[in-house]
Amino acid sequence: MATQFKLPEVGENVETGQVVKVLVSVGDTVEAGQFVLELETDKAVIEVPSSVPGTVEDIHVEEGQEIQVGQLILTFSEVEEAVKEAEPEVEAGLEAEAEAPEPEPEAEPAPARPEVKAEKPAPAKEPVEKEARPEVEPARKPAPAAPSVRRLARELGVDINRVSGSGPGGRISTEDVKNYVRQLDLKTEQARPATLEAQALPLPDFTRWGEVEREPMSSIRRTTARRLSQAWITIPHVTHFDTADITALEQLRKRYAKQVEAAGGKLTVTAIILKVVASALKVFPKFNASLDMANQEIVHKMYYHIGVAVDTEHGLLVPVIRDVDQKNIIQLSVELTEISEKARNRKVTLEDLEGSTFTVSNLGGIGGTNFSPIINPPDVAILGVSRARTEPVFVDGGFEPRLIMPLSLSYDHRLIDGADAARFMRWVTQAIEQPFLLSLEG
Amino acid sequence: MNENANSTQVAVIGGGPGGYPAAFLAADLGLQVTLIDLELEPGGVCLYRGCVPSKALLHVAKLLSETREAANWGIEFSEPDIDIEKLRAWKNSVVRQMTGGVAQLAKRRGVNFIQGRASLLNATTLQIEKAEGDKEILAFEQAIVATGSRPATIPSLALDSDRLMDSTSALELNDIPESLLVIGGGYIGLELGTVYAALGSRVSVVEMLPGLLPGADRDLVRILSKRLEKLFHSIMLNTTVAEMEEIKDGIRVKLEGDVEEQEQTFEKVLISVGRKPNSSSLGLENTQVEVDERGFIIVDEQRRTAEPTIYAIGDVAGEPMLAHKATHEGRVAAEVIAGHKVAYEPNAIPAVVFTDPEVAWCGLTETQAKEEGRSIEVVRFPWGASGRATTLGRNDGLTKLIIDPDTERILGVGIVGSGAGELIAEGVLAVEMAALASDIKLSIHPHPTLSETVMEAAEVFFGQSAHFYRPKRG
Repeated sequence: MATQFKLPEVGENVETGQVVKVLVSVGDTVEAGQFVLELETDKAVIEVPSSVPGTVEDIHVEEGQEIQVGQLILTFSEVEEAVKEAEPEVEAGLEAEAEAPEPEPEAEPAPARPEVKAEKPAPAKEPVEKEARPEVEPARKPAPAAPSVRRLARELGVDINRVSGSGPGGRISTEDVKNYVRQLDLKTEQARPATLEAQALPLPDFTRWGEVEREPMSSIRRTTARRLSQAWITIPHVTHFDTADITALEQLRKRYAKQVEAAGGKLTVTAIILKVVASALKVFPKFNASLDMANQEIVHKMYYHIGVAVDTEHGLLVPVIRDVDQKNIIQLSVELTEISEKARNRKVTLEDLEGSTFTVSNLGGIGGTNFSPIINPPDVAILGVSRARTEPVFVDGGFEPRLIMPLSLSYDHRLIDGADAARFMRWVTQAIEQPFLLSLEG
Repeated sequence: MNENANSTQVAVIGGGPGGYPAAFLAADLGLQVTLIDLELEPGGVCLYRGCVPSKALLHVAKLLSETREAANWGIEFSEPDIDIEKLRAWKNSVVRQMTGGVAQLAKRRGVNFIQGRASLLNATTLQIEKAEGDKEILAFEQAIVATGSRPATIPSLALDSDRLMDSTSALELNDIPESLLVIGGGYIGLELGTVYAALGSRVSVVEMLPGLLPGADRDLVRILSKRLEKLFHSIMLNTTVAEMEEIKDGIRVKLEGDVEEQEQTFEKVLISVGRKPNSSSLGLENTQVEVDERGFIIVDEQRRTAEPTIYAIGDVAGEPMLAHKATHEGRVAAEVIAGHKVAYEPNAIPAVVFTDPEVAWCGLTETQAKEEGRSIEVVRFPWGASGRATTLGRNDGLTKLIIDPDTERILGVGIVGSGAGELIAEGVLAVEMAALASDIKLSIHPHPTLSETVMEAAEVFFGQSAHFYRPKRG
């Protein structure tokens, strides 16, 4: 009997993706768990494992195609017995994907997930989502809701099976659906982007002025566009500029570069800044917080995960380095080298991209004198780093050539005041100039 | 957009009970619609060769059987004189009246109706071979495939003979054979067998499975079987037809299975072993549309095929192959095309067998619940306790409710009895609205009607039926 393999849920809030590569061909024998597809989602390129074994009879997707969760990917001709329960296995496959996406090159154990439990960590997924959804409709008890109510739910984008009914026998009313949506709105940290996108300005006919070519936006580009306009519109940004004298630091960096290289990493200014920032976040906890406008609360995070903007040929990616405060600069250098490599090869997993508390964006490698970065929500601040240059600095009655690095901090003015930002930046620049401060105060 | 005259926003292929309502709703929603069908007027199998002519004839059959039954009440009629020509003409006029009405409605909505055979050239173009012989290319933005189904055949029993009928030829009513064998004890065979039996044929039914109406709950079928056993000459279960041969005055049939007389001769034989989707020779291979191993077009909740511009509805898009299911799907597809966020997600699709008594059910059946190992509670109200059934002299009926024991919600309804097809609508509403047994119990039903059996069945659940005493268990 032929078995169908459909795109399982590959990550939270991921509903569609673009097929980058089909990893199997018709006639191939596939084992359960074997990767069959590379999929570019909003956040990363992931490899999708088949939940069922068998011989590939037909491939229903092609490279470049946009596909949805639940869409048919492969048909297998022969399958072993176990395949009967295709659905639950899909779920199992998903879990395997989430937990061990890549063979970790690190010898060291993978960085621990946030351990601090001062506040309940949000569950990665609602348990409901884990439930196997039966293929055959009648096998599940239909939701106790009238057709008009079911239709309303669909219009509002609500899965009626998740709404609990207040009526007799759990019957779901129109009000129940509306209340569910209200609850959901409260839970959603950010405003829905749909309205923002709808405001796109009408375009003129460019061909009036010359030849044009059109290219579809990749899903990374679409996500970047959506998230950044969202951040730009909802967050009152202020950028604070400062400079750090890195003459001494640069000497230290060069002196220890070999040692770090031996460990498998590259000692970069970014790695050092990560360490400095993690210490600064401990001194200035506001910069490590998030705003919960719906509940009118400030969420303080007891962990220090820093996102690093990585420029890849496919677009901007921001992988997250966990527990930066608990790692030394060598460890950070090694990890940074690896994660940047993964990002460039599009091998980062969704998990790698989630959970940042602060972000660093270093354009120093390219050039420029200064820039104002846009905050990566739900963070409340981002540090931009530009190219250092040798400048004459007036020291002790004379000019000295010093290596000066421009820094720019964009912050969410709803939470952070200008004086806070100035203090934060003073602390960061001084720590860069006098690394001893790290041990003294950090 | 294409300025060409031969283009349309929505092309609906097939004008049956799925296609024409889809075309009409699409037009009502402001879309420009072209409806293509092989016949002169829309209507499809349902109007031309299915639901409508069969029901006209079944009405006659019921009238005939009632005149015979009237003898029990002191009214004697003489044997009826059947004018088959006139009967056929009346049946055809019923069909014409309805297809003509649909054609009028299409015109008034501005739906462009084209008689011809459509085949897809690609995802946005189709070719129509018109009835007059010329060809037309039609570009479309979206298409709805509603090509329906045709009677299934048994290749090994193929016989080039007028004596061998399918449902289409049986409904033409060319004559009333002295004896008729119906192969297949599903709803089509039983309905047509009922018509021919009432008109005077000696009808035998052969069914491969151990019971008639596979899929329906046995307690409902039992009551129908009892009456059919009297109406029909014989019902041969667990029996198959091995061979058929045309002889001078009929078809000699060789039977295998639980049957004594293995060779029997019938003047005519009707094959009614199901229907097959019309998905070939439609040009689907020129598109990305996918078809399953049984020939059904694969669609999603929105009735969209693997080709984003093409939708499929009705018999060609899967079971159950019922006109009202096609209509609902057609309306969903039209709404989706018009940009509405809707889905095909019924909780109850009624099935009605228009025999006498009728059998009807919707939602969850007892059989299905058993197969899925679901815990349910079933309550039955026998029509022997119904006043209205007694006045009709038709106590051969049963109304049952399938109830969720946790919530007391009505999950399914099954009815056998006179007029069950009309009564089941209340069951559909109950299941769709997620009504509880107490909702039905507390809704006043008119007296004296058969609809009270639904209310009393709900009362049985609480051990409180006025006319059927059974204390609540436990």
